[in-house]
Amino acid sequence: MTYQLNFGDLLPYWDVLAWGLLFTVILTAVSTAAGLLVGTGGAWARSFGPKWAGYAVGAYVELIRNTPFIVQLFFVFFGLPALGLKMTEAQAAFLAMVINLGAYSTEIIRAGIEAVPKGHIEAGASLALSRWEIFRHIVLKQAFMKVYPALSSQIVIVMLGSAVVSQISAEDLTYAANFIQSRNFRAFEVYFVAAGLYLLLAIGLRAVLRGVGRIIFPKA
Amino acid sequence: MSDFTFSVILSNLLWATRWTILLSLIAFVSGGLVGLAILFARVSKNRALRLLTSFYIEFFQGTPLLMQLFLFFFGVALFGVEVSPWAAAWLALTFWTSAFLSEIWRGCVEAIPRGQWEASGSLALNYIEQMRYVILPQALRIAIAPTVGFSVQIIKGTALASIIGFVELTKAGTMLNNATFRPFLVYSLVALIYFCLCFPLSWYSKRLEGRLNVAR
Amino acid sequence: MSLVSIRDVRKSFGELEVLKGVSLEVARGDVVAIIGRSGSGKSTLLRCINGLETFHSGSITVDGMEVGGGKTDLRTLRRHVGMVFQQFNLFPHLTAAQNVMLAPTVVTKAQKGEARHIAETLLAKVGLAGKFDAYPSQLSGGQQQRVAIARALAMRPAVLLCDEITSALDPELVSEVLRVVEQLAAEGMTLILVTHEMRFAREVGTKLIFMHQGRVHEQGPPKTLFAAPNTPELAQFVGSLH
Repeated sequence: MTYQLNFGDLLPYWDVLAWGLLFTVILTAVSTAAGLLVGTGGAWARSFGPKWAGYAVGAYVELIRNTPFIVQLFFVFFGLPALGLKMTEAQAAFLAMVINLGAYSTEIIRAGIEAVPKGHIEAGASLALSRWEIFRHIVLKQAFMKVYPALSSQIVIVMLGSAVVSQISAEDLTYAANFIQSRNFRAFEVYFVAAGLYLLLAIGLRAVLRGVGRIIFPKA
Repeated sequence: MSDFTFSVILSNLLWATRWTILLSLIAFVSGGLVGLAILFARVSKNRALRLLTSFYIEFFQGTPLLMQLFLFFFGVALFGVEVSPWAAAWLALTFWTSAFLSEIWRGCVEAIPRGQWEASGSLALNYIEQMRYVILPQALRIAIAPTVGFSVQIIKGTALASIIGFVELTKAGTMLNNATFRPFLVYSLVALIYFCLCFPLSWYSKRLEGRLNVAR
Repeated sequence: MSLVSIRDVRKSFGELEVLKGVSLEVARGDVVAIIGRSGSGKSTLLRCINGLETFHSGSITVDGMEVGGGKTDLRTLRRHVGMVFQQFNLFPHLTAAQNVMLAPTVVTKAQKGEARHIAETLLAKVGLAGKFDAYPSQLSGGQQQRVAIARALAMRPAVLLCDEITSALDPELVSEVLRVVEQLAAEGMTLILVTHEMRFAREVGTKLIFMHQGRVHEQGPPKTLFAAPNTPELAQFVGSLH
C-alpha cells in the first residue's frame, strides 16, 4: 500500500507514455478524417438519398448512439473475426472509432444540412447547377460552418473515448499507463499523469480545431 | 446444444443487466444532487467558487471516464480504504455526471431571456424569488430533454465499470465470451440489451425537444 | 416637492459616456414624455430610475427614497416604481392573472383572495377581463402589453416607467395600449415614458423632454415645443419624423 506518492518512479518510463500518446494522437487523427467522410456520406443519404438508404443509415446511427463504445469495440475485435474477418488490434481500434464517429457525425452534419435555407438550394437549381454541384458547393460548406462547434466537441469526446481501445491491447496512452503500473505498482501516479496528458490533449485538440475553423471559415 | 447455450447466455446477461440499471440510477441521482450543488457554485457571485467549479468541470469533462475510474479505484486505496469496484464506479460516475449535468442545467438557466430577470426584478422580487418563481420553472422545462438525453450517456458509461471488475452487463458478456467462445452471439446480445435500455430514453428525449420547439 | 428628482446623473458603459449630467424634476401627476434619437440615453436614464442600471455620479430620488449608492434597498424602491418593457417580458409559464398576482403574493405577501381581486380589477381596467386564465402565448402583442401594464400596477407604484412600450407592436395594436396609458394619465398616475409616439406625447404629455447626446437638450410643454422648437436639434428631430 502506497501512502506516499512517488512520481519519480514514472521517469524511466517516459518514453512508453510518449509512444502511447503518439498512438492516441494518430488514431484520433485518422479516425476523425475517415469518420467525417462516413458522416458526410451518411448525412447525404439521409437528406437526399433514396428512402431505403435513409432508413438504413438511420438504423445504423441509432444502433451506435444507443450502445456503449466498448461493446462496439469488442464486437469489431472479437465478433467480426468469427465471421472470418481477421484484423490487428490497431485496425480494430481504428474501425470501431470510425464506425462510432461516423454515426455521430452523420446526425450532426445532417442537422447542418437541414439548416441550410431551402432558398439557397432553389437558387442553385435555377442557376442550372446539378444536384451534386449544389450539394458540394452550396450546401456542404454552409452545413459544416454551422455545425463546426458541435463536430469539434464530438471529435474531442471520441478522442477521450479512445482510452477504451487499451482493452483490446491497442497500444494507446491508457495501455501505456496500464503497462507502467504493472511494472512499478505506482497506479495512482501513472493514471494521474495519463489523465493530465489526456486533458492537455483535449485542450490542444480544441485549440487546433478552433484554429482550423478560423482558416476554413474566415467569415464565421 | 446451441439452444441451451443461447438461453444460458441470455439469462446470465439479463441477470447482470440489473446491476447496470442499478448503477445507472444511483449515479444519476447522486450525480444530479452533486451537479445541483456545482450549478449554484458555478453561477454564484463568489469568484473563487466560480473558478474552482470551472476547474472541476474542465477536469471531469476533459479526461476519459476510464481514467477517472482508475483514479478513484486506485486513489481511494491509497488511504488504506478497501474500495470495491462497485464503490469506485459509483464515485467516478457520480462526479463525471455532476460535471456534465451542471453544465447542461447552467445552459438552461442562461437560456432564459434577460427580460425575465428584468421584469421580475422590477416587480421587487429578490434573487431567490426570481429563481424560484420565474427562472427555474422555465429552465426546468427546457432542462428535461437534455437531462434525459444524458441519462443515456450514464447507462453507456456503466459499461466501463467492467474494466475495474464490476460485474455488470459488459463484464458478463466478456466472461460469457471467454466461456463459450461465441463472441458474435454474445456481443450482439449485449448490444441489443443496451439498445433496449437506451433507445426509449433517446427517443423520449428527442420527442421532448421537438415538443418544446413547437411550443416556442 | 418632486416625486422624482434627477440631479446631474452621469453614466458610462466602459469608455462610452452615455449620460452626461442629466437633471430633471417630475411632479406627482406629471406625464413626462422623453424623446430623442437612439443612443441619446433615454432608455438608460429610465432604467436608472428603478435601479436596472447603475450610475456613478449625481443623484436620483423617488418619493423620498434615494436610488443608487449602498443605501438603496432596491426591493423597497421597486415597490414604488413600476416598469413596462418594450418586449413585454410576461412570464410565459404563468397565466395573465398569475402574472399580475405574482408580485403582490410573493413580495407584499397578499392573501390569495386579495391577490385574485387585484388581478380581476386590473385586468378589467385594461380591458382584458375575459383573458384571466389565458397564457401569454395565446394573447396578441397588444393584449400582452396591457397585461404587462396591469402587472406593473398591481404593486400600486407611485410612478410608472414605460420604456418604448409600443415600439414592438404591430401598428394596429398600438392604439389599444395607448388608450390604457391615456386613461391612467387621466386618473392622475405619474408616468415617465420613453416613446416615439409623438402624437401621444403632444396630446397626453404634460412635460416633454428631448434628449440629445446624453443630456436634456430641451424641456417644456409638449404642444409648445413641437410647434416652436428652441434648438435646431429638436427641430431636425421633429422634422425627420414626418
